[in-house]
Amino acid sequence: MAYSDKVLEHFKNPQNVGTLDKSKKNVGTGLVGAPECGDVMRLQIEVDDATGQIQDARFKTFGCGSAIASSSLATEWLKGKTIEEALTINNMDIVEELALPPVKIHCSVLAEDAIKAAIKDYREKNGIMEPIEATTKSTH
Amino acid sequence: MNQRLIYLDNNATTPTDPRVVDAMLPWFYENPGNAASRSHPFGWKAEEAVDYAREQVAQLINADPKEIIFTSGATESDNLALKGIFEMYSRKGNHIITAKTEHKAVLDTCGRIEKMGGEVTYLQVNREGMVDLKELENAIRPTTILVSIMWANNETGVIQPMKEIGDICAKHGVLLFSDATQAVGKIPVDPREVGVHLMAFTSHKMYGPKGVGALYVSRKNPRVKVTAQMDGGGHERGMRSGTLNVPAIVGFGKAAEIALKEMDQDTQRLSALRDRLESSLLKLEETYVNGNRESRMPHVTNISFKHVEGEGLMMTFNQHIAVSSGSACTSASLEPSYVLVALGLGDDLAHSSIRFSLGRFTTDEDVDFTIQALSKGVNHMRDLSPIWEMYKEGVDLENVSWKQH
Repeated sequence: MAYSDKVLEHFKNPQNVGTLDKSKKNVGTGLVGAPECGDVMRLQIEVDDATGQIQDARFKTFGCGSAIASSSLATEWLKGKTIEEALTINNMDIVEELALPPVKIHCSVLAEDAIKAAIKDYREKNGIMEPIEATTKSTH
Repeated sequence: MNQRLIYLDNNATTPTDPRVVDAMLPWFYENPGNAASRSHPFGWKAEEAVDYAREQVAQLINADPKEIIFTSGATESDNLALKGIFEMYSRKGNHIITAKTEHKAVLDTCGRIEKMGGEVTYLQVNREGMVDLKELENAIRPTTILVSIMWANNETGVIQPMKEIGDICAKHGVLLFSDATQAVGKIPVDPREVGVHLMAFTSHKMYGPKGVGALYVSRKNPRVKVTAQMDGGGHERGMRSGTLNVPAIVGFGKAAEIALKEMDQDTQRLSALRDRLESSLLKLEETYVNGNRESRMPHVTNISFKHVEGEGLMMTFNQHIAVSSGSACTSASLEPSYVLVALGLGDDLAHSSIRFSLGRFTTDEDVDFTIQALSKGVNHMRDLSPIWEMYKEGVDLENVSWKQH
């Protein structure tokens, strides 16, 4: 199977690899997937308390090229967004941007789940009630 | 440095040896005959060429040329052996014994046989990938007509104790079939010596062309028969109809001749290269060889690089090096290698596995380059891996509640 140029680009030069200090109150961490499934994604956001914007986003991913590209892209998109804006990122946007084939759609689902999990963690740490929302269910 | 693509996927297929190609060329245009044409020199010549190739192939496995049935490849040979025996010996029984680590061409054929009213026992293997002889013997019933155990495994290179298996089958009067696709041409294989009655193998795993293979069918003690699975002109002693692929058969014969002549030197050279590759890669932390390392093909090693996903790892070097992985991401099913899972590896280690299969055209430089590229790739992927970071921090990964998706 050949990879799209965009996947290859993110794979060769992954953006925002790293670890944020999860003990900080304004850092939210999402860890999704499982080693048995062949992919684990950890995505972290650091929120500027004053503006409510995501000032930094970092990831580490155990997985195939598409999983790494999906998380790299997700961190790029997250930076500068507010939490509410970040919640609108949909897995199909990632599929489209990276031209993922059907067998790799789960990588984008994982990235969306990781974003939501990081936001949930941030909100819990800061006592922010989660608004009632229709969370996207992963389909597998 | 290395401009050419390094090919370490010789268990998938081997390049056709240029000497084989040379032998094949006259059989396309200059000698176009059908080996079944009895009435003119074109046919006679083609038949002669096929007979000669049959001898070359038979010699490689120390068999009688009449015991060689040419097919389109090992998958067809597996189908013909299993379904052909099931049909031919249906009055004796309907039970077949095989193992969980067999190739899909055997497992899926057995699945079909179950739908046709057969009963199949799938033996477990141990952590080393070896069949348990006691378990095999205990599985034999009065209705057992066939035991089907592969000679060497395609993913791990593990060689089964064929002589011991043959003895058990002889003791109970059960026929023994072996898919020897990965073994023939690379290690000494003599079905009669170990008590194998039917054996499948193929040309393109031993530097011959694709599209031709063989089924060995014992003619003496016992004389075995299989029911043809393809009806037609009654070629190959009625067991496999279809016009013989003369150029490919000639190539198969030449490949067999070369394999026999050069087996010792190839084995020595390749096992030294493999051992160097393996021991260098094992210097990386948390790296494990899958399967038995003693009873193993000389050119194969299957290694798991823990906390690194196989397909991702391959992406770091697959512009330069061709290998394969047991990772789910390389399969359409999204399941990791069933062979490695049958060995009792956790799914995580199966996802992290890479199979290196060296071949006649692998060089010292290829191995040097691979060691460097792999080491670099593994370290890079571990820098990206959250579970490697957790492992390094001393987190017990077994007790993390993973959010499976």
